Parts: sequence; C-alpha cells; structure tokens
Amino acid sequence: MRPSRAYAGRGMADSIDKLQMSITKRYGGKVVLDQFPLEIVGREFVTFLGPSGCGKSTALGIIAGLVPPSDGEIHLNGRRIDDVPPEKRGFGMVFQNYALFPHLTVFGNIAFGLSLQKRSSEEIDKRVRDMLGLVRLAGYEDRYPGQLSGGQQQRVAIARALVLHPRLMLFDEPLSNLDAKLRVEMRAEIKQLHTRLGLTSIYVTHDQAEALSLSDRIVVLREGVLMQVGTPQEIHDRPKNVFVADFMGFRNFLDVTLGKEAGGMIEAGFKGQILQARARDSFHPGERAVLAIRPEDVRLGQSGDGVNVLRGKVELVEYLGREQEAEITLDGGARLWVRSHEKIVLGETLDLTLPADKFVLLRRE
Amino acid sequence: MARIRSDSRSELDLVAILCLTPSLLYVLAMFVYPFLYGIYISLQPKKRDAGIFSNYVAFFNDAYQCNTIKTTFMLALPTTIAVVLVALFLAYGMRRGIWFERTITTILVLPISLGVVFLSEGILGFYGHNGWLNQLLLAVGLIQNPLELTHNSIGVIFSLFMQNFPFCFLMLLGYISGIDPSLESSARMLGAGPWTIFRRVMFPLIAPGLIIAFALVFVMSFAVFPSAVMVGQPAGSTRTISIAAYQQAFEQYDMSYASAIAVIMGLCQLAALVVIVLVRRRMTIATTMGVGKR
Amino acid sequence: MRGRMWKLAIYLFLLGFILNLLGIVTHVVVSSFAKRWFGKPLPPAFTTDWFTYAWREFELSHVLFITLFIALAVVFIALAIGFPAAYVLARRNFNAKPVLLLLYFLPLLIPQMTYGIPLATTLYGFGVGGTVIGVILAVLVPMVPLAVFILLPFFEQISFNLEWSAQMLGASRLQIFRRILLPLMLPGILTAGLLVLVNTISNFELAFLLAGGGSQTLVVALYYNVFAGGVRPVYSIDAMAVIYMCTVMAVLLVALRFVRPTQMVFRLDGRRN
Repeated sequence: MRPSRAYAGRGMADSIDKLQMSITKRYGGKVVLDQFPLEIVGREFVTFLGPSGCGKSTALGIIAGLVPPSDGEIHLNGRRIDDVPPEKRGFGMVFQNYALFPHLTVFGNIAFGLSLQKRSSEEIDKRVRDMLGLVRLAGYEDRYPGQLSGGQQQRVAIARALVLHPRLMLFDEPLSNLDAKLRVEMRAEIKQLHTRLGLTSIYVTHDQAEALSLSDRIVVLREGVLMQVGTPQEIHDRPKNVFVADFMGFRNFLDVTLGKEAGGMIEAGFKGQILQARARDSFHPGERAVLAIRPEDVRLGQSGDGVNVLRGKVELVEYLGREQEAEITLDGGARLWVRSHEKIVLGETLDLTLPADKFVLLRRE
Repeated sequence: MARIRSDSRSELDLVAILCLTPSLLYVLAMFVYPFLYGIYISLQPKKRDAGIFSNYVAFFNDAYQCNTIKTTFMLALPTTIAVVLVALFLAYGMRRGIWFERTITTILVLPISLGVVFLSEGILGFYGHNGWLNQLLLAVGLIQNPLELTHNSIGVIFSLFMQNFPFCFLMLLGYISGIDPSLESSARMLGAGPWTIFRRVMFPLIAPGLIIAFALVFVMSFAVFPSAVMVGQPAGSTRTISIAAYQQAFEQYDMSYASAIAVIMGLCQLAALVVIVLVRRRMTIATTMGVGKR
Repeated sequence: MRGRMWKLAIYLFLLGFILNLLGIVTHVVVSSFAKRWFGKPLPPAFTTDWFTYAWREFELSHVLFITLFIALAVVFIALAIGFPAAYVLARRNFNAKPVLLLLYFLPLLIPQMTYGIPLATTLYGFGVGGTVIGVILAVLVPMVPLAVFILLPFFEQISFNLEWSAQMLGASRLQIFRRILLPLMLPGILTAGLLVLVNTISNFELAFLLAGGGSQTLVVALYYNVFAGGVRPVYSIDAMAVIYMCTVMAVLLVALRFVRPTQMVFRLDGRRN
C-alpha cells in the first residue's frame, strides 16, 4: 500500500502527545459522568465501550467541546483546552448519522472546512481529490449525499474530517447505522486509515466486537462510572467485574463461597460441590464470590482427573452454524450455557468439565 | 407529498371510490365550480351590449379601482417581510427548544383562534387615539401628541402582523427544529463559528421552508379584508382589492364586476406565488432532508 | 456571552408580543365592564349592565344558538365526508392521488376572500344565500379539507398489520372498521372535530359573505356592530366581543387538552404532526 499523498507534508507538530482529563457531567440532578478520568497518548486508538446511556457519547461530546462539562479539566499537551470552543480545537469528528450537509455535493462537504480556512482553490481541489482517492470515492465529487449509500456517506464524513489533518479523531458510533456486512468492512477501513495516517483516535461504540478489533485500549463505562481500562486482551480475558464480564460474553455466573487456598488454586463451594479456580489477590477464604466462564470454554464429558465436573440435563439446543449452544440444567437446579462443535442431543444427561484456568473469579455485586 | 410512481398499481376499488366520492363531489361543486362560474360570469357584464372583457377593461381604466392593487400590495409586502424576518430570527434562536414552550405556543395560537374581528376591536382600544399605549406614552412624556396608529395603513399592517406572525413563527420553529442538530455540530467541528454555521449550513437548509412561509403569509395578507375595514381607512388609504370586490358584490349588486375583481385578486396572488416558486427553483436545493429528527 | 444577549433579546421580544396581545385582550374586557370610560387609564366605575344590554339588544341568545348550530353541523358533515376520504388517501395508492391532495389543499391555501365572492354568487344563485344552510355550505369548503388533512396522519399511524391481522382472524370489512379503525381513530376524530369547531366559530370571511339577517354567526354579528359604531355604545360592543371571546376560549381550552397548539398551523416540510 502506497503512503497517502493526502497526508504528505503533514508535520508532527500538530499531532498530540498527550490528552489528559477528569470530567464530571450532570444533567439536572443526574450524574451522567462521574469524574471520568482518561489519558491518551499520541497515535493511540482508544474505544469507549458500554451500553446505551452509559455516558460514552457525552464523554466524547465533552472532548469535542460540543457539550460543556459540569466540572473538571481537559489538558492537551499540557495546555488546558476545556474553554476552547469546538471550532478552534482542531479535532475531527464523525457522527453516527453521518451529518453530511444535504445542500452540498460530496466535494462541497469535504471542502467545507478548508474553505473556512480560506485556502486557495488549487489547494482545496488537490486535497479534496486526494482525500476522495484515499476513501475510494474518486468520481463521486458531484453527487449529493442523498444519492449515496450509507457506507459511502460514512466515507465522505470521514474524509471531511480527515482533510483538515485533525490532531484527534473522534468517532461517535460511526458504524451503527450500517448493515452487518458493511460494518465489518468499514471497521477494517477505519483501522487502516488510523494506522496509515498515524492518527490519534477516540471511538465510541456499544459493539464489543468493534471495540476488540479496533482498539489499542478499551475503556468500559457503565452509568457514567469507569468500569475497566485495558487492552482488548485484558478486557476480553480478565474482566474485573461481573458487568464487564457479562458485556464481554461470559454467560455463566456461578455463585460460590470460597474455601481454602493452596498452590495458586482456591476452592469454591458451589451447591454442595467443590470447584477449583485460579486464586486471585484480595479474595479470601469464606468470602462469597462469583465464578464466570464462557459457554465456549465449558467442555463436554469428564476430564482425566475428575476435577470441576458437573452433571446436568440438556433443556434447549440452538444451532449456530458451525457449532451449537445448549442450555443445561444442573443437578442442583442451576443453569449453564455450553457451546460445542460436538453434537448435543436434547434431553440427554451430560457430564461437563469447567477448566479451572478458564474461570474468572469476580466479586459478587 | 406522495410521488407519482408509474409502476404502482392503482388500488382504487369500489369501496375506495365510494369513500372518496362525497368529499370530492363537495370540493368540485363548492370550490371548483364556483371558481369556474366566477370566471364565466365575470365575462358576462351587466350591461348587455358591452364586450366580454369590459369588466376587466373598466377595472384597469378606473384609477379608483385599479389603485387597490397597489394599495393591497403596499400593505401585504411590508407585512410579509416583517413577519417572515422576525419569525426567522426568533425561530432560529429557539431551535433547540424554549422555556415554557407549551405556554408560549398556546398564547401564540390565541390570536389565530380569536380571529381578526376580535383582534381588530382590541387594537382599536389599545392602540387607538385614546388607547392605553398613547396614554402611557403621554404620561411618561415621550410624546406630546397622541400617535395615530389606527385608522391608517400602520394599523392594518400591525393587525396583519399580529395575525400572521404566530402562524409563521410556529411553522418555522417546527421546520428549523426538524433539522438534524448534528449538522451544526459537525460544522463546528470543521471550524465554523455561529455566524458561518447560519450562513453556510442552516440558512440554505431553512430557505425552502422560508420561501413557502413567505408565500403563505403574502397570499393571506393580500386578501386582507376585515382589518382593512376596521382598523384601516376603508374609503381611502387602505381600500384594498377585496374591499373593492365586496362593494361591487354587496353594495352595487354587480356580481359580474365583483367576480372580475375576485379573479384579478386571485391572479395577483397566483403571480406572486409563481415569482416565489421561481425564486425557490433558482436556489438549487437538490436534496431531501432525510436526516431530521422525527 | 453574545449568545446569552441574543437569547435575552429573543425572549424580550416574545414577552413584548405576548404583553401587547394581553393588553389588547384586557382592554376589551375592561371596556366591557366600564360604566363610562374616556381618556383615563381605567374607567371610574364598573358595571355588568352592558352584558345584559348586549344580550337583549343584539339577540345574543339567538345568535349563539345559530353559531353553535352551524358549528356543530359543520363538524358533523366535515367528519362524515372527510373521514372516509382520509382513509382512502392514507391507505391506497393511485395515480391521481397527488392531484387529489393538491385539490383538497387549495381551499386551505387560497384566501377565503378570493374564492368567497364567486362562491357567494353561486350560492345566492341557488337561493341559499343569506340562510343558515348557505353559511354551512360555504364554511364547509375549507373545513372538509381541514378534517381530511388532520385525520390523514392519524390513519397513517395505524399499522397496516392491524387491519391485516384482524382480517386473518376472520373480521369482515365492516367489523374491521367498527372494532379496529374507529376505536383507534378516536383521538384523531376528536382532534379534527375540535379544530374544525374552533375554526368554524372564528371563521369570518365565508360566514360574512353568506350570512343574512337571521343567519349571522357571533363573529359576523360582532363585525356588523363594530362597523355600525356610534349607534351602539362601544361598551356593549365590547361586552359582545367578550362573550365571543369566552365562547372561543371555552372551545379552545377543551381543544388544547387534546391538541398540541402547533397542530393549528401547517407544517412546512410535509412531515405531519
């Protein structure tokens, strides 16, 4: 892939080294963001992940300057910017509904910001055309937004922000209006642009797959409170609490009482049975806790040593294409979700092995 | 408005036709027919030997009648410009919701609902020679002699403003607040300040609605009758074209001439509409506003 | 900071407009209770005599009866013939639909004074000019389309699926109408009925052109008395205006419990309320 001409000549001076903030936002008496802390370094791709109403879009709006914070400060490269209006911050933003100007052509939309900067028409023409090539829309200059598909509109929206060489790119659920297939394609394109142009990006989404595939770091939010910050792998494998685990696809949560700890393993009493799990700091014997495990980590049949084996009856089988997922009622009455390539027959009684190293030990909420 | 789709199959069955018939017959019999009949009798002058266009010739040769067009125009145009400009400023300023929205809109529909006759009666009392306003200004010492605000064209323009402003304001408020707010946000992110946003993004999007509002207000103002009689000077400076038509019909009992004047009034309104539509077409708006809030 | 000043200016203007409106209304009300009032901020003495005077002299009981009779008749007929038309326009597709919609829109767009004179000529020609029937027929011209355009979006809100599923459950067309459409359309019928009622009571131009001696509605009677000023004491005319205002306000207050104020104006963008 050839390096982008659109970004040729771009100095590093306008990129960011560090964005630091700690902000609070209240609407009326309701706290939407509670001292939300964040630190981003240059060229990082950070995602705000959470269900709708968790405050992630508000946080993005505050960084953009579109939403005034109730409290707190934002520093960019050590300079305070929360009193700078959005049009002077030099950030680029892509909106969920694209927000293209319907009365302007594709060219007019992309040229909008440059013409406000009073660039020469030759420069505008060149930069817009380079940008159109970059988002693979050459030849679409004279179309109006209404004549483009959703994916094309979103590419125009991205080009419109990128053409100004923003110090920071903000994406507000940019793919949620697209259908599933296009979403995966556009996701790859955004990631490519980010890496190729050396951008610094903040991306808001409620889709965990998007967050995992795009990000260097994920920030999980719930009702305005930061739940966990980490690399995709950390978030995926070692969620810190039930909320993050649930959001990351852990479907089985076993209520247990912890027993004695030995050799890095801890015993957990579950409905009269003793399960083994990997021990974690700050969990103590006698404490009540939750063991979380993904359906795909549960194995059918007995393992060799007979540890962590539960028995139950298959109540429901869902066919998922390559594999199937089944709901199993355990002898004690609890339910467990299992995913497997092997055939599961409705009504049969099964042994299930729950590998100790796949358990995540969590605090009960 | 539905678009004609050539491939769409007609879904008119007997029941549908039966459902449409009464109202359609009514509109045809009571609206279309009288219109055509009016044109027809306007071409049948009272005087037997006169030519078919003699009513129209008489109208344009009689300065007393002919000037009503100018008079009406001079009332309708300033009113319309004032109404549309003020409504635009207010509606734009309040596009992100307003305090006491429901209360304010309720009070604003009051003059629409009360109707022009009541309003004119109130204007005569409040702004008249001895009205509260003049008393107040005299008492404060701002003026030495009472302002003459009624029984002249100022009164008529004011009355028309009172009636048409709420109507225009509410229409524009609905239209402007229907424009997707993220368009403004994105313009800001691209470096546009408030004035640039208005000029380069919002105004082009508002313009189509603004032009329709202008057309509606102008056409309504052009037909001014009761306020021209009550708060104006119906025999002189505010003798509008509808007064001329009314006098021919119900004072001279010359229905033929009256219909001719009504036709001329309709043509003037049509001409104004055509001009406005042409202006609108020149401002190429090639888009539908599919992204607004519902 | 400039944004604040701007907002303030806007609210000040609105406040001014509303104060001036209230001033206009209040002046009429105060005057109707004045014993004599000339050149003073407030009348020196108050009386309710002008209301009894107006009631007697202007035969207001008769005028009110005529007004309500006309208004109710207009509401009933407008709904009866507007309802089926709105149904077809909302539900069926046919080539002439845009033409039909335009045709129904014209009586609302064209000022009543413009088509009122040829309409009056026609109705006088049929011998109904000056009668209650003539007024009803004339006022219906804009009111039928008004009912249609208010009902239309209400029909559009009712999902096709409801009718289809009723059909699948074995309901006949008549049963669908009576048991599905009619109950679901009640809010729409109420809205349309109330707005037609308010607009009929306050309709001036058409009622004025068609009204004869015995068929004057309240607002027409008011106009004639204002215009014939000097013959009657102004206070009695204001008393009549207050009675008129109370009539409209009563209907309006009921209407505003069910109708949003903005439903009383057109929407510019073709999207409906």
